[in-house]
Amino acid sequence: MLQKKSTEILVGLFVALGIGALFMLAMKVSNLADFSDERGYQITAQFQNTGGLKVRSPVTMAGVRVGRVAAIELDPISYNAKVTINMHPQFDNIPADTSASIFTAGLLGEQYISLDAGADDFYLQDGDELMLTQSALVLEQVIGQFLYSVAEGN
Amino acid sequence: MIGFIRSLGRWGLGTLERLGRGHLFLMHTLAGLPGLFLRPALVIQQLFSVGVLSVLIVLISGLFVGMVLGLQGYNTLVDFGAEESLGVLVSLSLVRELGPVVTALLFAGRAGSALTAEVGLMKSTEQLSGMEMMAVDPVRRVIAPRFLAGFISMPLLAAMFSAIGVIGAFIVGHGLLGVDDGAFWSQMQTKTDWYGDVMNGVIKSIVFGFVVTWIALYEGYDATPTSEGVGRATTRTVVHSAFAILGLDFVLTALMFGDI
Repeated sequence: MLQKKSTEILVGLFVALGIGALFMLAMKVSNLADFSDERGYQITAQFQNTGGLKVRSPVTMAGVRVGRVAAIELDPISYNAKVTINMHPQFDNIPADTSASIFTAGLLGEQYISLDAGADDFYLQDGDELMLTQSALVLEQVIGQFLYSVAEGN
Repeated sequence: MIGFIRSLGRWGLGTLERLGRGHLFLMHTLAGLPGLFLRPALVIQQLFSVGVLSVLIVLISGLFVGMVLGLQGYNTLVDFGAEESLGVLVSLSLVRELGPVVTALLFAGRAGSALTAEVGLMKSTEQLSGMEMMAVDPVRRVIAPRFLAGFISMPLLAAMFSAIGVIGAFIVGHGLLGVDDGAFWSQMQTKTDWYGDVMNGVIKSIVFGFVVTWIALYEGYDATPTSEGVGRATTRTVVHSAFAILGLDFVLTALMFGDI
């Protein structure tokens, strides 16, 4: 009987250890921990070009993450990309005339949306659209423009 | 010439026959699983010999694999001034690939071969036919609990492997090489996705657990009932499991990460 009990205890320990390891992978290694606070409000912004922006890319303000990209679609009327942003609920006092730009983290890093606060007295609400946007920098276009301006200069 | 064609045909038919028997055996085993809810003690006993006894080898290998990844990754990344990405490199390679695959290979060597030898010996000492004599279905009584135990143990072992590997890499990266610990964990957390990376690794390990246990039990059940036959069956278990793991790993990776 004692032999059987200790087997059961060891098996219980084994299962607990395995689940503990999964829990550590969830909380410490992966980004599951910041899934729970995603119930915020949604705003949209239209960009001429989103470059390499992806769903779940970070949205930051002054470098602090305030939300994530929820969806990227093509607007059928303006042919711009319509980006839906999930904002964290605690950032509920962002001025309505805030502007959004797509930047790249580092030289080769992933792309993210950076918000620049405006000065409006009204705050962004669920479903609002950001009117001031700046598209992603496409390297080929920049090089093309540079070469063009060099040729002009000569 | 005729003899060669004849032996080729015999080999082909034999392979097909074994394949068919293996699948019928799997059906029979799966049909025996619901009955186990009435007798959980059988499964717990097998969880002990399949799972608990494999923990030590998995933890030690995981620790060293993580430490080696930390060292190798650091040496490569430091050339680009990107040693803070060490956490990402280690966590993605462990969680996506090395965790499930290496654990499954170890599991096949440690638990799979033991299962084959045990069942094969039961067959050669006619314990299985003895059970049939007493109207006890050996597949339900002997095979099904072992199958369920292997199926449960594999994902848990793979999770332990990945977790201890990350810790090993952290010990080497932070303790020996001086990577900033904040950057190590935060970069890891931003780049490792729970559903995309961790859960896919878990799915892989479940599939590997299923296949390895199946192969091990079938080889034991189907072994020639001599000491030589049991030995051959044990070897076949390890070899076939390794093939199955690596082949399936490619298929699963292509399905889940490959966008094919």
